Amino acid sequence: MESYTLTINGQSKQVTVDPSTPLLWVLREELKMTGTKFGCGISACGACTVHVAGIATRSCVLPVSLVGDRPIVTIEGIGQDAVGRAVQDAWVSEDVVQCGYCQSGQIMAAVALLKSIRKPTDSNIEQSMGGNLCRCGTYIRIRQAIKTASQKLL
Amino acid sequence: MAAIANQSLTRRAFLRVSATAAGGLLISFYLDSPLFAQSPAKVYPPDAFVHIQPDNTVVITVNRLEFGQGVQTSLPMVLADEMDADWSHVVAELAPAADVYRDPFYGIQMVGGSGSIAHSFQQYRELGAKTRAMLIAAAAQKWNVKPEQCRTELSVVHGPNGQSLKYADLATAAANLPVPETAPLKDPKAFRLIGNDTRRLDGRPKCDGSLKFGLDLDLPGMKIALVAHPPIFGAHPKSIDDKAARSLPGVLDVFEISTLAKGTAVAVVADKFWTAKQARDRLQIDWDSTGLQPADTPQLFDQFKQLAATPGNVAVSRGDLNALDTAPTDHRLIAEYEFPYLAHTPMEPLNTTIRFDGDRAEVWAPSQFQTIDQMAIAQTLGLQPAQVTFHTEMAGGGFGRRAVPDSHVQREAAQIAKRMKGTPVKLIWTREDDVQGGYYRPMHVHRVEIAIGPDGLPSAWRHVIVGQSIAAGTPFAAMMVKDGVDRTAVEGVADTHYDIANFHVSAHHPEVNVPVLWWRSVGNTHTGFVMETLIEELALRAKADPIAYRRKLLKPEAKKTLAALNLMDQKSAAWRKQLPSGHAIGFACHECFGTGVACAAEVSIENHRPRIHRVTVAVDCGRAVNPLSVQSQFQAGTVFGLTQIVPRGAITLKDGSVVQNNFDGFTPPYIADAPVAIDVHIVPSDDAPTGCGEPPVPVISPAVVNALFRLTGKWFRSLPLSNI
Repeated sequence: MESYTLTINGQSKQVTVDPSTPLLWVLREELKMTGTKFGCGISACGACTVHVAGIATRSCVLPVSLVGDRPIVTIEGIGQDAVGRAVQDAWVSEDVVQCGYCQSGQIMAAVALLKSIRKPTDSNIEQSMGGNLCRCGTYIRIRQAIKTASQKLL
Repeated sequence: MAAIANQSLTRRAFLRVSATAAGGLLISFYLDSPLFAQSPAKVYPPDAFVHIQPDNTVVITVNRLEFGQGVQTSLPMVLADEMDADWSHVVAELAPAADVYRDPFYGIQMVGGSGSIAHSFQQYRELGAKTRAMLIAAAAQKWNVKPEQCRTELSVVHGPNGQSLKYADLATAAANLPVPETAPLKDPKAFRLIGNDTRRLDGRPKCDGSLKFGLDLDLPGMKIALVAHPPIFGAHPKSIDDKAARSLPGVLDVFEISTLAKGTAVAVVADKFWTAKQARDRLQIDWDSTGLQPADTPQLFDQFKQLAATPGNVAVSRGDLNALDTAPTDHRLIAEYEFPYLAHTPMEPLNTTIRFDGDRAEVWAPSQFQTIDQMAIAQTLGLQPAQVTFHTEMAGGGFGRRAVPDSHVQREAAQIAKRMKGTPVKLIWTREDDVQGGYYRPMHVHRVEIAIGPDGLPSAWRHVIVGQSIAAGTPFAAMMVKDGVDRTAVEGVADTHYDIANFHVSAHHPEVNVPVLWWRSVGNTHTGFVMETLIEELALRAKADPIAYRRKLLKPEAKKTLAALNLMDQKSAAWRKQLPSGHAIGFACHECFGTGVACAAEVSIENHRPRIHRVTVAVDCGRAVNPLSVQSQFQAGTVFGLTQIVPRGAITLKDGSVVQNNFDGFTPPYIADAPVAIDVHIVPSDDAPTGCGEPPVPVISPAVVNALFRLTGKWFRSLPLSNI
């Protein structure tokens, strides 16, 4: 067991866990932040996407020992950010969600996309969102919501 | 869910609502099945569905699981509309397991068969109307006026002399009044919510991480269980070395439990998920699979094809098949189709949490089958169902996977809870458990022989379907298996709306050591594919317009399919005329669960794969309660339907074991596989509403394959699609 100090959504958090524990389970079980989801455990579905130093990252395969002092942002904190808020609002106004389980990860991936490309093309969207699985199949509205958020932010 | 539980405790002081369920249908439906012999609650007990809070918030209880289909919004819309509740202050909650929440038609509490709106629309209308009548009666008493002099709007009753009272201020008085036998329902013209695009009530909490799914449940002292399942269905541990597992700090126990397919598995209970995962990885188990059939995909297809060459148990037989022998050879078509096993893989891994306290148990489960799962847990724990408090947790998808007749996940969880008496334990099936854990859409072979008449229409049709029975050996067999034919295997063919006079459909149901289950739209996944690719082929052979050909061949009573077909034709006409070169169109139409659907897909080939540029879908689902939700279901359900044609859309077996074990091996559609645009059009209708969960699935795959024929000259009859 090791102790780590993590910066999550601007707040400092202390945890004592096995160093191999993926960030996902530190968030979910140690910090009770369950907005970040477990979908596959092998970085294949993107449900666990968080931002680590601004980069969309699969938290299910990132051992907590490798996080270091990089700041982490999760779905619970992304609304404090202008782009994050715009994406969440667009998701609600376009009525994107169905079961909703993958949408934390989809939103985190979409925010990362819009932070790097303010007006993404369909092809940009497919590339950036290409690893985020939605089993319900809400991709049409995900695409639309990204465009809606993009317009709001321009 | 704690807040909701507290609300339930205080609800009795408020409004009482009662109504009568449509019990007659149920009895005839389940007469032969001992499990369902008990009739549903005939009278809904007080306060089960509507709770008016002091701040005028109306809490509406939804009698079934929400797992994406939108029922947690649409059923409250129905009740709130009849009740004239202020929608901006309506809150929905999922009902726990209780008799009063049984599906009025199925007689058990469940979601399936696209029944949510179809079965509960009338029920929720009546509940809303009675609630409103009681509020009016309470106001009329208070003001000493006649009820007819009062009107309601936005959760307020208005009297004849300018009086007004909020529902909240009338709730206690209304609760003391008798529940009316009947209450007038609105003229549909007066609907204010039903028929209007309405955003989901759970939209925001699913976008900010605050909504709790079953897997997110956290209870004081809760532990986590993972289970090491046998690599071959039904195997047992010969020897278990758990020393390395037990040596990990945080591991509480390792023990055998019985598991699916009559096998034995090894459960690990630990303080955390990661501990349990590491411990499970450290288990060394020798498995004994003596006497178990080692299922193997190529061998199974060979076996199925041999069976398909012989007639099976007859599902439908009319006219004669002489034309199959007498038609000239160039007027005959023989086609053989292969469909693999498919996993549901809902995004939220399967899970159930149980705390067993000796004489009672408490359960938290994202379940499509509350009644059945509650009974299974009670049985495993030696309790009566009434001793098992069952909370319905929000589910991250399901597609049929959370409606399992043998409740195998809940039985595992109950055995673990029994051993860990007094401690709440959450059983988690990892994605590997899920992908390898069986309960797949069964693999199938279809063999079809068709004679084509001089008019280009089919003059005789012999159809043999080979695949495992889903219902055999379950309590559902009594109603689903008839004369040796599982109707879920032949639905979509045996009941086709195409007018084929000489028609023979039969089925073989071989036994295979792989558990199978209904997968969104059930038999229609393969039967719709076979019918719609064959009809398109027949149309093209006849050099006919495929839409006109279908119109001609559909029976006039196929009103919904025809209406959808015509609307699709109209809405896609403009873009179909302007296809870029290298693009082609395919069509399909299919009716299932009472809903008619038609689609046109524009497809090209990129990197040896179909690229779907655009899809127009038209649907006749009767009255669309929430058109926005119907649209969403059909857009996303179209994508779900592509699961069976994406390159890794197959579960295969080798030497008895499942080859794939996560999303890298079984890979459902991602955004790049999905159409870029899907426009959905709803046939205007005043008919009773029918389902929209299952019907979107069957049409897209045949439409894409039909387009691919135009691009390649080849008919693709083995799924998933290999490189083109």
